Amino acid sequence: MQRIGSAFRRVKKETKVDYATYLGVIIAFIVMSVLQAQGSLSRSVSGMLVPICCYVCMAVSLNLTVGILGELSLGHAGFMSVGAFSGVITAMSLQASVPNELLRMIIALLVGAFFAAVVGFIVGVPVLRLRGDYLAIVTLAFGEIIKDLINCLLVGWDENGLHIALNIDGTKSIDSLGLSENGIEIVKGAQGIAGNSRIATFTMGFVLVMITLIVVLNLIRSRAGRAIMAIRDNRIAAESVGINITKYKLIAFVTSASLAGAAGALFGLNYSSVSAAQFDFNTSILVLVYVVLGGLGKIWGSIVATVVLYVLPEALRQYADYRMLLYAIILILVMLLTNNPTLRSAISTLKEKIGGGEKSEGGAGK
Amino acid sequence: MKKQYPKPKLVPVPSPNMVPERDVDKSPILECRHLGIDFGGLSAVADFDMAIGRTEIAGLIGPNGAGKTTVFNLLTKVYQPTRGTILLDGQDTHSMTTAQVSKAGIARTFQNIRLFSKLSVEDNVKIGLHNQTPYPMWSGILRLPSYWKQEKVAHERAMELLSIFDMQDLADHQAGSLPYGAQRRLEIVRALATGPSLLLLDEPAAGMNPSETAELMDNIVKIRDTFQIAIMLIEHDMNLVMGICEGICVLNFGKIIAKGTPEEIQSNPAVIEAYLGKKKEA
Repeated sequence: MQRIGSAFRRVKKETKVDYATYLGVIIAFIVMSVLQAQGSLSRSVSGMLVPICCYVCMAVSLNLTVGILGELSLGHAGFMSVGAFSGVITAMSLQASVPNELLRMIIALLVGAFFAAVVGFIVGVPVLRLRGDYLAIVTLAFGEIIKDLINCLLVGWDENGLHIALNIDGTKSIDSLGLSENGIEIVKGAQGIAGNSRIATFTMGFVLVMITLIVVLNLIRSRAGRAIMAIRDNRIAAESVGINITKYKLIAFVTSASLAGAAGALFGLNYSSVSAAQFDFNTSILVLVYVVLGGLGKIWGSIVATVVLYVLPEALRQYADYRMLLYAIILILVMLLTNNPTLRSAISTLKEKIGGGEKSEGGAGK
Repeated sequence: MKKQYPKPKLVPVPSPNMVPERDVDKSPILECRHLGIDFGGLSAVADFDMAIGRTEIAGLIGPNGAGKTTVFNLLTKVYQPTRGTILLDGQDTHSMTTAQVSKAGIARTFQNIRLFSKLSVEDNVKIGLHNQTPYPMWSGILRLPSYWKQEKVAHERAMELLSIFDMQDLADHQAGSLPYGAQRRLEIVRALATGPSLLLLDEPAAGMNPSETAELMDNIVKIRDTFQIAIMLIEHDMNLVMGICEGICVLNFGKIIAKGTPEEIQSNPAVIEAYLGKKKEA
């Protein structure tokens, strides 16, 4: 026992926080699965499980860009949108050829992550070479461009393959794709996707959260992650020790985008209809609020903030009239409290009393 | 754990027993030819010619605003020179970026300390080891054997480097929370971690008291003797410069006004004029 104790003390504090985060997520998953199996969850609560997982992935991946890389991104929902549409199109196209739902879901998630990564790369290459807040401006525009592009996207599937058209001048409709009789109409312009089979499961959401956590946390604790944080802390010094700035900025940004794409694909597969308007600027800001309130660079903070702030508006639903008012007040209080120096020093003295912060509390407190 | 380094001794360079094998040809590690840069019509540095031996400690001095730091920024390609060439070990650094120059073997510290202040002391050194312990990014994410192997090497090497300044115990501290002197030392350790053949120190003794400066002088010589590298330093502390530099170059208004050994510089009339002003003619 003593040996385990000393081995535990030798482990670095950040490693302990990481493991506590994994543990918290696993415990939360087990508790919620058991409750769901018993049937003691109301429909509204069990309906929230998959979206929460998606938003946790969104927040954790955005934290990689905003907290770890230190670049402001205002278009994270754009990557979610790319992932959602490419993922759902893949899933609907493969409905006949891949009857296994789990396999189809995994393929859809991979495709979503891939396309979001490609788009992230295209956006990132020119912007990340610049110094300054250009990324914020460009991602803000990117989110809107993606929304408008998808709004005029027409996609259909028949035995000849995928039919894609862009309805830019407003003259085309889904019929102009020329689908055969057995064809499926997938994306119908501004109406988005309808008739999607809802194959997303809470287990898949949990697996995606774990994969996101493993990718992000292991990246941060590795050579590449240190290089990314070095760029955040002091760009000139990072360059002077031989770090290729553009390369590591791109690594962080593309990883973040592809994780958001996978989250978007899962999100899309959870609903029977998906439209581009769901992934607008407000969604980007919502995720950014989760990240900022959870603490920049703090992965477990993003998870807790997402869960609490996602559940909060739903929990306040009974006070319908005052719901958003209460939500805003709580947001402001959290902001004030987390920045209050008196409170902060009180918390740190409390931590010291409990034994030098032996075990940092982490994970999702659902 | 603690590595013993040989007691520092002042050896005039080049001397046959100091110069390692790669120095047989006696060619300089760094050579600048007619180096110059203009900032919008103003010539900040012009006609900068100098060479540094492979294990030489060279000093770059001059009054404030003479262009000393600009020379460092030119050597590390923070600025692209307008004119002239820089040869590092015979290789032209013309098309290189700052990061590539670092890989090629020039490391530096900064006049106003530039540490990764939110990261730990050990991580700062490990970032310096970035190109010394390479492994692919996916190996880090999947924690493949190459990750464990290189991280172990990086940890051991970082501790070894920190032990030069007896800083192993500070490894877990946040770099930004260190006292001023320790931050300066950490910057030198981080620069050494990149495995340089030329180390540029920008005012390493700034803000240090006389005893700390004396210790720093010993350490600079110790670093040169242990790592067998060339060191070039900018410094206003004349005791330090005259005490350890084997060659000195004096800049004023972006131009070299004198070059030579400490004795020659001390008696050079142009240098005295630049520092003290001209004697009034009666």
